Amino acid sequence: MANHAEAQAETLALREQFDTAEQQKDASTLGMWVFLITEIMFFGGLFLAYTVYRDIYFPVFALASSSLNAVIGAVNTAVLLCSSFTMVLAVRASQVGQRNALIIFLILTLILGVAFLGVKAYEWNEKFQEHHVPGPTFHLEGTGQQGEAQLFFSLYFAMTGLHALHMVIGCGILTWLLIQSWKGKFTPEYMTPVDIAGLYWHFVDIIWIFLFPLLYLIDRHLGK
Amino acid sequence: MITAAAHERETYLNASYGIKSWLLTKDHKRIALLYLFTITLFFFIGGAFATLIRIELLTPQGGLVSSETYNKLFTMHGVTMIFFFLIPSIPATLGNFFLPMMIGARDLAFPRINLLSWYLLVIGGLFALFAMLAGGVDTGWTFYTPYSTTYSNTWVIATAIGIFVAGFSSILTGLNFVVTVHRMRAPGMTWFRMPLFVWSNYATALIQILGTPVLAVTILLVFCERVFHIGIFDPALGGDPVLFQHLFWFYSHPAVYIMVLPGMGVISEVISVYSRKPVFGYSFVAFSSVAIAVLGFLVWGHHLFVSTQSVYAGMVFSFLSYFVAIPSAIKVFNWTATLYKGSISFATPMLYAFGFIGLFTIGGLTGLFVASLGIDVHVTDTYFVIAHFHYIMVGGTIMAYLAGLHYWWPKITGRMYPELWARLSALVIFLGFNLTFFPQFILGYLGMPRRYHTYPDEFQVLHVLSTAGASVLAVGYLMPMVYFIWSLRYGQMAGANPWGATGLEWQTASPPPVHNFDEMPVVTHEAYDYTTVLGEVEVG
Repeated sequence: MANHAEAQAETLALREQFDTAEQQKDASTLGMWVFLITEIMFFGGLFLAYTVYRDIYFPVFALASSSLNAVIGAVNTAVLLCSSFTMVLAVRASQVGQRNALIIFLILTLILGVAFLGVKAYEWNEKFQEHHVPGPTFHLEGTGQQGEAQLFFSLYFAMTGLHALHMVIGCGILTWLLIQSWKGKFTPEYMTPVDIAGLYWHFVDIIWIFLFPLLYLIDRHLGK
Repeated sequence: MITAAAHERETYLNASYGIKSWLLTKDHKRIALLYLFTITLFFFIGGAFATLIRIELLTPQGGLVSSETYNKLFTMHGVTMIFFFLIPSIPATLGNFFLPMMIGARDLAFPRINLLSWYLLVIGGLFALFAMLAGGVDTGWTFYTPYSTTYSNTWVIATAIGIFVAGFSSILTGLNFVVTVHRMRAPGMTWFRMPLFVWSNYATALIQILGTPVLAVTILLVFCERVFHIGIFDPALGGDPVLFQHLFWFYSHPAVYIMVLPGMGVISEVISVYSRKPVFGYSFVAFSSVAIAVLGFLVWGHHLFVSTQSVYAGMVFSFLSYFVAIPSAIKVFNWTATLYKGSISFATPMLYAFGFIGLFTIGGLTGLFVASLGIDVHVTDTYFVIAHFHYIMVGGTIMAYLAGLHYWWPKITGRMYPELWARLSALVIFLGFNLTFFPQFILGYLGMPRRYHTYPDEFQVLHVLSTAGASVLAVGYLMPMVYFIWSLRYGQMAGANPWGATGLEWQTASPPPVHNFDEMPVVTHEAYDYTTVLGEVEVG
């Protein structure tokens, strides 16, 4: 118990460059927002490349897109949206100081995150079997423009791969948060790490919200 | 050395000893010195490549090195100087040291991230150095596809990884500066009381945050293309090499402003102090920094005038490029107006600042030449372009960097540099610079293409002049190196405020204590209000 109190005092202690706890929290939050802006620009390059090539090679991109399994993609989208919901609940739990609820919601978020990655791995594996991975063995049925079809899958792997990398990092952060909450480090006065990890998690979620329709649904709309 | 002279007073330099106290430090001032040491090393490596280039170009036949080696030399000169010297130069050293002090903060908002960004620069630098030692890279610093992705047999990947990692160093520095300026200002330090050096570093940080990630993802794509042949820049698979140029210049044109904006901040400080007047039109100078940062993102297409870009895009980019001249001219005119009826002293930093204004003006005006479609087609990929951007980066940024280094040297070390030698160095560098690069304008206009190691005999006179200038310039750059080190032991002791300057960094001891201020400052007046420091001038 004494250890516990000591640990709490330690995390509550201000870092020496700050005057108040509020200033420290504000700085951390702004820092995360600025970081997310850099992430938007980072993904932005890929979205630009996607836009250019989709515009030039629309028919091939539509064909390649329809070879992806939209049902699995939709399920994964739902999984990720749920994980954002449990993340919000985790942030809420830490704000009101419910340690057990915080731990449960972090575990749920982590499970959903890992589930997303599992489904993604299954999908990628399918691509390998279908020879839809860019390279010498690449082949997409129904088109003579194999190079352009490969471009779609290059972008598919680059974008979902980079997204998955962010998910892996996110899962790492969640694990760290879990250990810290287990030790009781977070209180309503000091829960900035949970808060800004939540921002990051939602950001990665939003990236997927864009990726899903852009990659899976190019040629599927109502009435078709 | 320094510490012995500081007697018993505790400063950031003598608060702790040993290599670990430096390599694990979280003090922004010590990290600034780590950066200073690192980029100085890279400056001399890049300089060595430049020396070999200039010696090679003494004779038209090009007997010293083969054309393959020559390609590697100019590539590694560019890579080293841009990514490992100019980009970190002023923000990571002088900015790191003084931005927190100038707004009255004890440190940057994220000291550990600050240290991390230094390590990232070192790791990136090691990758690049490895590539150089292993055999070099020959793509040019621009890494144009498909040469870089398909044909080059040199160390493209190692160099690209180096630049990728160093890019994150730059991003994190920018992030730290933005948060620090927003959240760490001392009581009374409103946005419009901030010194202009802070404004310009803030604008620079915005570019670092918005631009550098795009470079990172571009390099990632080059990496994937080279390793996995994904086709994104490969015409054989429907990819477009020009897309690479768009992505690359979306970062690399704003990167020019990452390099020169902090220098403009230094000049604003120096011009004001040595003419003992507030900067004329303070808010215009402040906003012009932000305007340059914003406009800088809208002009990248002027690097693609001859790369199959549409004529209409070319016209728009040409027009927008002219537009950048407006905030740049605002700065130059306002500095000049600051001098008017000022009480001017020709101290070393002021001499460097004068050099900056003149050379930056020439560099900027020739920028208008290359921004206009017709002339650019004539001079593109010639020495005219080389001369133009060296006037901005060497004549501008390095002059400003040296101005700032001299100006703040007493604060950093607690010692004065030898004034006479320093003034001489400013003169030697100015003359050497012009002798090196002015002939290149003429060479380029006459048609000497860049990146060639042989040339027709009629260009030899101008090339010899340029090489002669480069050797003068080399002497000029070695001089500060020598007398700065000399001054650490033998320099006259500096007081807290030897120049009678108004910034908060001068209100504390030289060298500063660990947490910058013994007593937290409260700001009650505008920047550059010289009535507050009357009679404090000790030297000059």
